[in-house]
Amino acid sequence: MLPRFWRKIKYRYDIVGTVCENCGSKFYPPRNFCPICRRKGKIREQTFSSKGRILSYTVVHDAPDEYKLAKPYIVALIELDDGVVLTSQVVCDPQEVHIGMRVKKAFRKYYEDGESGIIYYGTKFVPDDGEV
Amino acid sequence: MQRVAIVGVGQSEFGELWDRGFRDIVLKAGSEALDDAGLEGKEIEAIYVGNMSGGRYLEQEHISALIADYSGLAELGIPATRVEAADASGGLALRQAFLAVASGVHDVVMAAGAEKVTDVGSEMTADIMSSTADREWEGFVGATIPALYAIMARKHFEKYGTTEEDLALVSVKNHRNGALNPKAQYRREIKVEDVLNSPKVAEPLKLLDCAPLSDGACAVILASEKVARQITDNPVFISASAQASDYLAIQNRRDITEMRAVRVASEKAYRMARVEPRDIDVVEVHDSFTIAEIMAYEDLGFAEKGKGAELIREGVTSLEGSLPVNTGGGLKACGHAVGATGIRQAIEITLQLRGEAGKRQVECERGLSLNIGGTGATAVVTIYERG
Repeated sequence: MLPRFWRKIKYRYDIVGTVCENCGSKFYPPRNFCPICRRKGKIREQTFSSKGRILSYTVVHDAPDEYKLAKPYIVALIELDDGVVLTSQVVCDPQEVHIGMRVKKAFRKYYEDGESGIIYYGTKFVPDDGEV
Repeated sequence: MQRVAIVGVGQSEFGELWDRGFRDIVLKAGSEALDDAGLEGKEIEAIYVGNMSGGRYLEQEHISALIADYSGLAELGIPATRVEAADASGGLALRQAFLAVASGVHDVVMAAGAEKVTDVGSEMTADIMSSTADREWEGFVGATIPALYAIMARKHFEKYGTTEEDLALVSVKNHRNGALNPKAQYRREIKVEDVLNSPKVAEPLKLLDCAPLSDGACAVILASEKVARQITDNPVFISASAQASDYLAIQNRRDITEMRAVRVASEKAYRMARVEPRDIDVVEVHDSFTIAEIMAYEDLGFAEKGKGAELIREGVTSLEGSLPVNTGGGLKACGHAVGATGIRQAIEITLQLRGEAGKRQVECERGLSLNIGGTGATAVVTIYERG
């Protein structure tokens, strides 16, 4: 199980993805091929904006074991200001979350493998106080 | 290309079958299908079996050989192949069997689907189902399958005005149909309030918006037209089979209120069968979540985009309506035996076209089934017509 998450750390801890220099499409998580230009595309790494807005969301009540303590928690589809769309957790009161809500990235703990196991960290989103 | 007909159908019980093993339920489905076709078994030239996660649910891989073996077909050395596409595995097994007969390579083939999910706990079952979406980028952040469908539902609400009550109506209809189906896991009616008041799973989806995960197995026997005419008076022909894929993670899709794989596969299927959506009389769709049925109405071309909810509000898709959908109860009431579901759908359409659907019988000449994998990254559409 471990390597799958370990090898993605750079991309998980920050919103680093890829851009196709041929058509300008942006991808997060990173891709090796541009699905639009396919082999004609030239892919390079890029860090995307840290702010965006909620496109849609859910409040999860029935959660897997590792998220038991966090529930209910919010999972949202977020569109960053540069157009990239990603799936992430939003940390706020479930009563306050809404479509269109402005959010910004934050470095957070996701879960841990038991009491002495590995702690998994990643990017979550919090309300962007300046504009909420 | 040879014409291909369904000449036999069989189904095990669906549900929490703790006292039955995987091979027991597969044999029950397979032997029932052989009896239905009036065949002995030795006529079967190949088997395709849809199974999603035997390796995790049962710690048993090589399901294909296991099934051939316990069906007594290992002695004959017949080829057996497992196919996997999450909960579209059954639909895909049907498609592989169809291709094998259509190509002329085989004349009699069995397509089966089976899953045994209750040998592990429900937490683990949910975790295994999560592997049908993008584990690294959706599962990691706690986006379960119901959560991803809930995100689609919320967007559909915002964009088109679909409501929680509309979703509840889907569940109510499918339970009403399931109550008339002796093979359904849940044979009782429910009310809109029951759905709305059931525990929240992933808002806006409640427990009764979600199909149960079940143990179960199904089998159908396909034959070339020549063989079909020799062994049965009521063959049901497969006039089209189409499959399409989409981005695995919903974040990469252009519009999460539509399933593009469904649209692409159904357009191909309509072309292949030379029919239009209005020519279809009876439909089975993949209602793993109620929102999926509403989106299916739209993506299959039965309603304009955004107007799917009108069909359920106006009763168009009820047994008495002009386009009955999920006449047997759908995944919601029949149970969702993951790898078996696509075959169960084929069986329901076959029974309807043969006129053998009992109390839930509708008038029909042509049917369609839609089997979806995960959150829509695989779609299999099959069109059937009376022989």
